[in-house]
Amino acid sequence: MNKSTSWFNITSLVFGFAFLYVPILILVVYSFNASKLVTVWGGFSTQWYVELVHDQAIIDAAWVTIRVGIISASFATVLGTMAALVLDRYRKFHGRALFSGMVYAPLVMPEVITGLSLLLLFVAIGFDRGFWAVVIAHTTLTMCFVAVVVQSRLVTLDRSLEEAALDLGCPPVKTFFLITLPLILPGVVAGWMLAFTLSLDDLVIASFNTGPGATTLPIKIYSMVRLGVTPEINAISTILISVIAVGVIAASVLSHRSQVEKEKAERAVFLAG
Amino acid sequence: MAERWTQDVKPFLAKWALVAVPYLWSLLFFLAPFLIIFKISLSQTAIAMPPYVPVIGGLGDFLAKLSDFTFDNYVFLTEDPLYYSAYLSSLRIALVSTILLLIVGYPIAYGMARAPKSLRNALVMAVILPFWTSFLIRVYAWIGILKPEGLITIALQSLGILGPDEQIHVYNTEIAVFIGIVYSYLPFMVLPLYAALEKLDATLLEAAADLGCPPTKSFWVITFPLSLPGVIAGCFLCFIPIVGEFVIPDLLGGSETLMIGKTLWAEFFNNRDWPVSSAVAVVLLIILVVPIVIFQNQQKKA
Repeated sequence: MNKSTSWFNITSLVFGFAFLYVPILILVVYSFNASKLVTVWGGFSTQWYVELVHDQAIIDAAWVTIRVGIISASFATVLGTMAALVLDRYRKFHGRALFSGMVYAPLVMPEVITGLSLLLLFVAIGFDRGFWAVVIAHTTLTMCFVAVVVQSRLVTLDRSLEEAALDLGCPPVKTFFLITLPLILPGVVAGWMLAFTLSLDDLVIASFNTGPGATTLPIKIYSMVRLGVTPEINAISTILISVIAVGVIAASVLSHRSQVEKEKAERAVFLAG
Repeated sequence: MAERWTQDVKPFLAKWALVAVPYLWSLLFFLAPFLIIFKISLSQTAIAMPPYVPVIGGLGDFLAKLSDFTFDNYVFLTEDPLYYSAYLSSLRIALVSTILLLIVGYPIAYGMARAPKSLRNALVMAVILPFWTSFLIRVYAWIGILKPEGLITIALQSLGILGPDEQIHVYNTEIAVFIGIVYSYLPFMVLPLYAALEKLDATLLEAAADLGCPPTKSFWVITFPLSLPGVIAGCFLCFIPIVGEFVIPDLLGGSETLMIGKTLWAEFFNNRDWPVSSAVAVVLLIILVVPIVIFQNQQKKA
């Protein structure tokens, strides 16, 4: 590789990542601004965080959001893993094309359509809008992302271990829990986390399906943003960003470490053998 | 008999349940809603008002209402130029921002794929990380930057490029929408491009260089054509959802930006006109069916 291209590569990476991160950094910095004016720096202060702790509406919304996220991500992980297994294992069955269509379409479907259509379903079957409607909506949206993540893990899976277990008379369901699931677990965990953060993040679908007492944090933040930019929004945003960043980085470090340890162990076995 | 149960019937049931559970869930909560949205788009405005009254009763009720079906809502969409121009403007904004995303994303993906192997995973992580943080928050972050009294104006004033009374007027324009879209969708463009570029066989480029092909030419003759699957995947992954985007045009575009996602939202939440918003959604869906089917065929091949 000659020098001019690598220079070009470094420049594009620096500018690219600056573009991705500088707005978030600015947002975080201004959450510690003493001034009420978001764009004027008035000294360091944590007063907005203190105000946040006393804002009952925000705490309620955060609690609803976390509950919706945990429940829908768990449902979505089970359903999405099942869908991934079906798509990976059963190459031919009636309605497979429809099934794979239904799994991939929500990935790109505009949220306004998904949100509105689900709401109309809930009204049609007489299901109350609110907490559980949002949970079902988020499960439906995020199971597709779980399916894609788990499927990419299944593709790289060594099938011989499963076949060995089945040949030795282990029933398929037991084989799944003893062999397959542990092997695809990193994908399943990543899928759960992706589903959880997508649920945490969603404004549009939740807005259509929410009801009294089920205001999620994005809905609350959106209504605050509509009234103007305030340091308090920056403070909630900073808390959300740090929680997610810590979670994601911890998960990736853990999976990286287990990968490294596994490779080390394999190398040791190889050398000893 | 018991043996037959464990050997034949139980695995069959397990397999059947594995297919049936996610299948039924998707049928009920993904496909059925589309049939209902289609049905409501054909009903009269009065039927769906007030919003909480169920529209479909039993099957008999449903059949009785068949005669009430009307294309009025669709006719209404063609009569008011607002809808017509909102669809066109959404498609235009999505097309322009997809091209912008490709221009911004390609060099980043290329730089990542050419980075030392030890760094690549960290770089992928760094691209994904902002995607995990809230979409709404990332769009909100730009308001403070782009506002007339915001950080860009302050920066340019302190550099002396703008006079103390001059301001940058980008916020509440289409330019702000383009910035917001490129910013929010960048990971969706970079990751498929990176996946395609990383697989690229470096020896092809070396061979070209040995035979005297200049780097710019070998890029267009070798690298770009081989990265096309990533280009196509990235473009569809961005274009389709951008057409129906609501949050970005609503927060950054102001009243002058017309997008169909915003129109649908206003029709539903402000005008409370469910049949018309359903008709808006059905037309949007019909527009997007072709790109969605192409995208799915791409996914299957991959």
